[in-house]
Amino acid sequence: MVIDSIKNGIVIDHIQSGRSMELYRLLNLDRLKCSVAIIKNAPSDKMGRKDIIKIDEVLDVDLDMLGYIDPGATVNIIRDGVLVEKRHLELPEQVENVIFCKNPRCIVTSEREISHIFRLSDRERGVYRCIYCETEGKRSEEE
Amino acid sequence: MRSVIDILDLTVEEITDLIATADDIIANPAKYAEKCHGKKLATLFFEPSTRTRLSFEAAMYELGGHVIGFSEAQSSSAAKGESIADTVRTVSCYADIIAMRHPKEGAPLVASMKSGVPVINAGDGGHNHPTQTLADLLTIHREKGRFSGLTVGLCGDLKFGRTVHSLINALSRYEDVRFVLISPNELVLPEYMKTEVLERKNLTYRETTDLEEAMPELDILYMTRVQRERFFNEADYIRLKDSYILTPDKLLNAKSDLCIMHPLPRVGEIAGSVDDDPRACYFKQVLYGKYMRMALILKLLEVA
Repeated sequence: MVIDSIKNGIVIDHIQSGRSMELYRLLNLDRLKCSVAIIKNAPSDKMGRKDIIKIDEVLDVDLDMLGYIDPGATVNIIRDGVLVEKRHLELPEQVENVIFCKNPRCIVTSEREISHIFRLSDRERGVYRCIYCETEGKRSEEE
Repeated sequence: MRSVIDILDLTVEEITDLIATADDIIANPAKYAEKCHGKKLATLFFEPSTRTRLSFEAAMYELGGHVIGFSEAQSSSAAKGESIADTVRTVSCYADIIAMRHPKEGAPLVASMKSGVPVINAGDGGHNHPTQTLADLLTIHREKGRFSGLTVGLCGDLKFGRTVHSLINALSRYEDVRFVLISPNELVLPEYMKTEVLERKNLTYRETTDLEEAMPELDILYMTRVQRERFFNEADYIRLKDSYILTPDKLLNAKSDLCIMHPLPRVGEIAGSVDDDPRACYFKQVLYGKYMRMALILKLLEVA
């Protein structure tokens, strides 16, 4: 399968197979006017199968969000057809309105204007906790 | 402008300073009688808690300050649907410092993000209650003279008991503190407290369901109430509430200098006949709570 190479844009590579649509949604890529290619289940020496997203425009990608969803992904910035920067991701210290607290005793579930903020409490296990009630955050597919 | 929402908002050095201030207040109360002259404490109690509110009020009065506030949500604008953010912004215009009790976890943190004056968490649901922990720490310090090297037994509701979690967090920062976790299987310490606090800091702990078996090794015995409001199911509450009752005969094998503590109120966990035992420290703990609240108010108002 051939997808046109990018002249100026971003390639999010090494996405865990099956997660590209989640990233597409969370990064609001549906709002872009430029070309966006989603490649699912591409063969990978390291990962067996992987997803790739190619965006035909250089834009500010929410690296915290991306790092939270898939810390193994890489972000490649392409300018004039040349790879100018490769960013490896890691779990961010804090995410806002990415995980939503479901604890009925937490203040965020009764006051809707408050942002849902989760902080990394255990990097090894990738555990995030609500800053208000310390309830462990669940990623959407874990619920 | 500082707020104290969680006991871990205070460093070990700051806690040492607060204890030193509290000790000095106990020794020289007259020296502090006018320290907060002209200052106002607002006690915003969105759920009733008579003892904590009275402790804060007594603390402020003994510092020469004034107190304004409300003692239940029905008598506040929260009953009309006002947000916490708006309530504290308003109260910040009247008071120099706020003590907030709220049934929802995290409400005082939200308040501290919006307030123009320091906020002290006076209890947020089943979550944090840092000034109770300060009272506990002063009690241990005055009774034992140290934190390091102690064997601390925590008994009762270790699952929902916020005072237990805060105390473990606070004591985990000292060297060689050993915990004995005494509870029914239904109310054991949550797994994350073991993995993210005790094990991460390489602290020694063991779990048991038998209070008498654990008794001989304890320097501190911290009893807790099995709280009705933390249960969704009344039948579970009734079945478990009397699981661990401290009576004089259970103390026969205890150390002669054991320090028996309880955050109060008790609902039968400690028999009244234990009150006359010189090892019973829970009413001193109440008194020490007031002194630590005084020390904290002084620190946050920067008038110490």
